[in-house]
Amino acid sequence: MPHIFHKILLTLSLLAATLAQAQLSIEITGAGASRIPVAITNFAGDAAAAQVVASTVRSDLERSGLFKLVDPAGATLDENAQVNFGDWKNRGADALAAGSLARGADGRMEARFRLYDTQKQVSLGGAVYVTGNEQLRAAGHRIADYIYEKLTGEKGVFSTRVAYVVKTGGQFRLQIADADGQGAVTALSSSEPIISPVWSPDGSKLAYVSFEKKKPVIYVHTLASGQRQVVANFKGSNSAPAWSPDGRKLAVVLSKEGNSQIYVVNADGTGVQRLTQSGGIDTEPRYSPDGGSIYFTSDRGGSPQIYRMGANGGDAQRVSFEGSYNVSPRPSADGKSLAFISRRDGRFQLAVMDLASKQVQILTDSTKDESPSFAPNSRMILIATETGGRGVLSAVSSDGRIKQRLSIAAGDVREPAWGPFIQ
Amino acid sequence: MKKLLIPALLAALIVGCSSTPIDETAGAPVESRSGSGVTPVTAGGLDSRGLPRELTDPKSVLSQRSIYFDLDKYEVKAEYQDLVAAHAKYLVANRGFKVLVQGNTDERGSREYNLSLGQKRSDAVKRSLIVLGAKEEQIESVSLGEEKPKNPGHDEGAWADNRRADILYRAPDGRGEF
Repeated sequence: MPHIFHKILLTLSLLAATLAQAQLSIEITGAGASRIPVAITNFAGDAAAAQVVASTVRSDLERSGLFKLVDPAGATLDENAQVNFGDWKNRGADALAAGSLARGADGRMEARFRLYDTQKQVSLGGAVYVTGNEQLRAAGHRIADYIYEKLTGEKGVFSTRVAYVVKTGGQFRLQIADADGQGAVTALSSSEPIISPVWSPDGSKLAYVSFEKKKPVIYVHTLASGQRQVVANFKGSNSAPAWSPDGRKLAVVLSKEGNSQIYVVNADGTGVQRLTQSGGIDTEPRYSPDGGSIYFTSDRGGSPQIYRMGANGGDAQRVSFEGSYNVSPRPSADGKSLAFISRRDGRFQLAVMDLASKQVQILTDSTKDESPSFAPNSRMILIATETGGRGVLSAVSSDGRIKQRLSIAAGDVREPAWGPFIQ
Repeated sequence: MKKLLIPALLAALIVGCSSTPIDETAGAPVESRSGSGVTPVTAGGLDSRGLPRELTDPKSVLSQRSIYFDLDKYEVKAEYQDLVAAHAKYLVANRGFKVLVQGNTDERGSREYNLSLGQKRSDAVKRSLIVLGAKEEQIESVSLGEEKPKNPGHDEGAWADNRRADILYRAPDGRGEF
């Protein structure tokens, strides 16, 4: 018995060490032009828990680049406290949130809060989130999402998760972390490369390409159980999976008939059907949010460019025109814009196209941007890029104003995929 | 020539079936030998992965497995035609053998697009092998894209090393390199 405990302890401490080393650290390198001034008071009740929750809310709002945090000057207010609106207005806060943490009868923590408009001197609403002790940060993310949505009119993404691949030495790890980079866990370790992770629309699974069989093979991996299923392992290469918005199908790229072409398969790997019939390369399919069309990269016109076709194949229209290398199309969830990577003067940069006006804007000044991934609220785009010869992730707002860098001390980070809203 | 001769002579000694007297002084000076002074050579035979030595012996042309490509290109260049022909000849003579052709690219650009570009390179090698008599069933062409660089550098030289297709062999008994 004692040595079992010893083993558990050892495992736990190793796990803790791994977690600490694997943590993504975030650095904000740009902020929005007009930020909403907001004060988050210290929350009342259980002091330690209140501290975790309030600081999570503050750092989420600050990191978004859309808020300016007003110092609460030590004020501790619960959600029912009388608010001196004039006082907070004088301190420069347009909005104020107060709250409390209390242990419920079942031992779980209850995080309560209320949000106020100090100009109009009214409550904008409030909520209670019940959570386990280890989930306090999650409660903070929920509160931050609520505040974000009330004050900006858009849904927040602080409670979402991101997936990415870390390469350390010859080892590849597919990791999942909270959108703030905290709480990273490894879903898959391999000595062979892992690329192109994509979240199922319900956030329960990842599809990706693993080279563990000495060639690219597509897997669907259920995160909770760790169960993995091969969905495409045909002769040749199998790559670039993309979920249909209803989660029932995957667009994939297969070379089984020679040359990379786009096919569709059921999410369990059955019912493979070919969608494109070109003599060149067709790859990187992505469904439009309504599921009606597929954006993809093709060299059919002589250079890699972005095209769009119906979800069942058929004629394709060219979408990108400027430059000789436009790849990795990713439509935003609101259907309004398309992020992609454009080569300009030998530099690979994140670009975004307004789909209505076809206007293209280059959002970064880097040289090695790859793999863009929209946040589910369409406001931020996560990309892989390089700083000082190391792979890092960068989050850029779709207007290019807000920039954050996410890096891991001991490794190359690449292939980011921003998960869906949690349900 | 000397290099070839000495192992052959030693092999004859080891096997011990030589009926011709051997003049020990005829080869390289004794003092130049390192270690035991004996390089074991097996005529024919298999290497540690179960493949015939003619596929892996550095002196055999078939041990050359890499075909290099120009930037953004996937045509097999003239200078590699003889090499591809040698592999095709082996596959024609040994129908039970299979090859995996892995296409690779340099690190620049989209990983998925590079995967498709690597596929075009391995497909080009596969087509050349088939034109020269190898059978479709003997060859699988796949791509590793930019994921398995042979040269980890980030300059023109490294990129040229990584624009490549490699040929891996598998024997009829399933043993081999893939």
